[in-house]
Amino acid sequence: MKPGFVMLAHEALDCAAQVAILLSEAGCPVHVHVDRRTRKAEFASFARSVRDLPGVTLAPRIACDWGTWSLVQASRDGAEALLAADPDLTHVALISGSCLPIKPIEEFKAFLAAHPGTDFIESVTIGDVPWTKGGLSEERFTLTFPFAWKRRRRLFDLWVSLQRRFGRRRRLPEGLSPHMGSQWWCLTRETLEIILEAPDRAALDRYFRRVWIPDEGYFQSLVRLYDRKVVSRSLTLSKFDFLGKPHIFYDDHLLMLRQSSAFFARKIWPGAHRLYRAFLHLKPPTNVAETAALIQVERTFSQAVIRRTRGRPGLIMAGRHPRPGFENGLTAAPYSVFHGFSDVFHGFEGWIARWTGARVHGHLFGPNGAEFHGAHREYAGALSAQAGLRDYDPEAFLRNLIWNTRGEHQSFLFAARDSQGVVPLLARDRNATIFVITGAWALPLLRDDLPIAEVRREAARNQKIEAAFLEQLRERQAQARVLVWSLLDFLERPAEHLQEVIDTLSPTEPHLVTELPAAKPMEGLGDFLQALRNAGMSPHLAGEAIDPPTWPGRGSRDDKHDQRQFLS
Amino acid sequence: MAVADRTAAIRPGDVLAFVTLRNEAFRLPFFLKYYRALGVNHFFVVDNASDDGGRDLLEGESDVSLWTTEASYRRSRFGIDWLNWLKFRHGHGHWTLTLDADEFLVYPFCDARPLSALCHWLDQSGIRSLGTLLLDMYPHGPLDGAHCPPGENPFKVAPWFDPGNYMVSQNPKYGNLWIQGGPRARIYFADTPEKAPSLNKIPLVKWDRKFVFVNSTHILLPRGLNLVFDEGGGEKLSGVLLHAKFLDSFHAKAAEEIERREHFAGGREYQAYHDVANGPHGLWCEWSERYINWRQLELLGLMSKGNWA
Repeated sequence: MKPGFVMLAHEALDCAAQVAILLSEAGCPVHVHVDRRTRKAEFASFARSVRDLPGVTLAPRIACDWGTWSLVQASRDGAEALLAADPDLTHVALISGSCLPIKPIEEFKAFLAAHPGTDFIESVTIGDVPWTKGGLSEERFTLTFPFAWKRRRRLFDLWVSLQRRFGRRRRLPEGLSPHMGSQWWCLTRETLEIILEAPDRAALDRYFRRVWIPDEGYFQSLVRLYDRKVVSRSLTLSKFDFLGKPHIFYDDHLLMLRQSSAFFARKIWPGAHRLYRAFLHLKPPTNVAETAALIQVERTFSQAVIRRTRGRPGLIMAGRHPRPGFENGLTAAPYSVFHGFSDVFHGFEGWIARWTGARVHGHLFGPNGAEFHGAHREYAGALSAQAGLRDYDPEAFLRNLIWNTRGEHQSFLFAARDSQGVVPLLARDRNATIFVITGAWALPLLRDDLPIAEVRREAARNQKIEAAFLEQLRERQAQARVLVWSLLDFLERPAEHLQEVIDTLSPTEPHLVTELPAAKPMEGLGDFLQALRNAGMSPHLAGEAIDPPTWPGRGSRDDKHDQRQFLS
Repeated sequence: MAVADRTAAIRPGDVLAFVTLRNEAFRLPFFLKYYRALGVNHFFVVDNASDDGGRDLLEGESDVSLWTTEASYRRSRFGIDWLNWLKFRHGHGHWTLTLDADEFLVYPFCDARPLSALCHWLDQSGIRSLGTLLLDMYPHGPLDGAHCPPGENPFKVAPWFDPGNYMVSQNPKYGNLWIQGGPRARIYFADTPEKAPSLNKIPLVKWDRKFVFVNSTHILLPRGLNLVFDEGGGEKLSGVLLHAKFLDSFHAKAAEEIERREHFAGGREYQAYHDVANGPHGLWCEWSERYINWRQLELLGLMSKGNWA
């Protein structure tokens, strides 16, 4: 087998020269086309360094624009010249100046010999390609594109939209089924001769001149038109980012490239000296653990796309600051909030921690600062407990806490007495599960020995804050999962409701709650609520029962056992 | 006044660093070593009346051009005006780093890919500026015990940082992010967080004569240069500036600044630092993180690879 190479180069010609030398030494003819826009001096020094190499020829230079016919013309003329100059040539491969052979050329030749008469060219029907950007796939072939996309973007876009508006469509040449694929191919002499000598070549060329990115469609469609034996696969490893720009390979990709099943890779950063050193002096044979390598390559580059387009949910940093509505998740992980529970129970934190395995904090938004688990002054991420700092940006405080403790479910207590600045985030956050006992603020007031006027004022204040809290949770945009009980409802059947809490938090592992947290004293709650009403304040959030349950709750008819524990 | 002008040696494509400093001689050997290793080709230094021998040291370096001045640091807006002028003269068309002598740039893959690789990629991606978080590094223990001899890596004695307490908002006027937090906010500004120092910086810019820094390296004009972050939920490539401010040299510096009343708001910032930093733990707390490498900062979410892979 004797493959020849057409090399398209436009920058970093010293790297291109090194590759040309390698190919020439391996006995392969190389026909190099250098973009006419490349500076004269750079071209001259390149020409000097390859001039005397056996089999290396330089093409007449034309100006190449990305995505235009000029690239097809340069590669096709190059193939034609190579075939004419060397009747022994069996294949022509198209590479670029920033390609690097990542396997010995002998191995490449052996591979071609093992697959006689086969064209290696990625060629996919346009309906099936996932990689087209900007909504142009089929239209690449049915509209015309006389303007260079990179240099005259506005004209390009205008021309596309005009054609769309007026429904202008081109007729496809007879029998042509549009296919697309990587620009880098390796075709057999027979296939190329059929393409080059086709009687209707002039008409086909006329058509492809106005197709967009014809270098990804010309040969890819023609191999199908002439029904060649195609293996739809590029022998050049080339990865594209979410905007369709090629990823660049650096020294730290050495291992990945070594393990790749491809024969060439592009693009290589011109300063990747370690890569050039490693691959320009390869000795056969190389061993390839193919599937593992493929997965690794795919993962590296698909993760880059996800990171660049979706980001890490719940993270805000120097490179990521989503507009409202574009967060892809306001926080990094699910968490739960217990509003009012600490007024009803002693040691609720410990109880809920035992039953859910979550990390449970006290009142994170308490008026005297954050009550972190373990009464720490700082917590994960060096978050400070100090109220001033927390309340300066309460949303950042919670977002940071959830981010810093990824992998561990966080829970915290909340109340109307707490700083309310975080509520808008809680309400909008899909990760929040919020359990609310409304009116629970009545209990500490009941236990306080304050004059009724003061109690009344305090109750009214708490109720107002709580009503605003509930209103935000019920807003149309609210995404948090919310369970609400009034105090009197909750006290009616506490075991049942606590079971509901546990079931909500761990739906897949049903735990029958056999132990309940100790209740705080609440004798005289009914009289107390009535006293508030008598003082002119309606504690409606505590519950509407005219005759509140006398403690213990008369509602529990069937689970006496639970009830007893609840009392203890 | 130019002491050493070696700008004739600059070649197209060189990466240039611009630095103002005052009495930071002990930092310079490591600073130069660090940035040479990353691939900075030429340093522009404006020395503000140093008297610690740093000037002599710099004069002898073949890749440093040195200017010196006695003019007030404050009146020239923290040296930014000098540097803007030097960049206007020499920076056009170059990738430029604008730094303090205690700032050390870390970016994704910086252990394997030099600045020229980063700048090449930014060029290819049509990106003109790189956003960073200024990460305050500190020792475990009183600052007075954190001595860094000249030429030594300061992060050997001050390897700790706050990993996750940063607050980010956007400045509506210039479009830049405003990041606060870290140990200074945690310790000194808990009750006046609005005064906590800004930690957002844009040190790496493909300079154009039309560009100008508005306020230190926090804000640039035109506004588009400040949009170093993604607003659609994705992450853009970003880096971290490791800040070697909190060493034993800090108190001397603070005292001097207070005396000179030259720095921000008459040195008020410095006054506050003085007491706490010499407690048994200094700025350290139980949740401080010890610096390992850029990958650690990437995982913690303090920087991002964006779509550089």
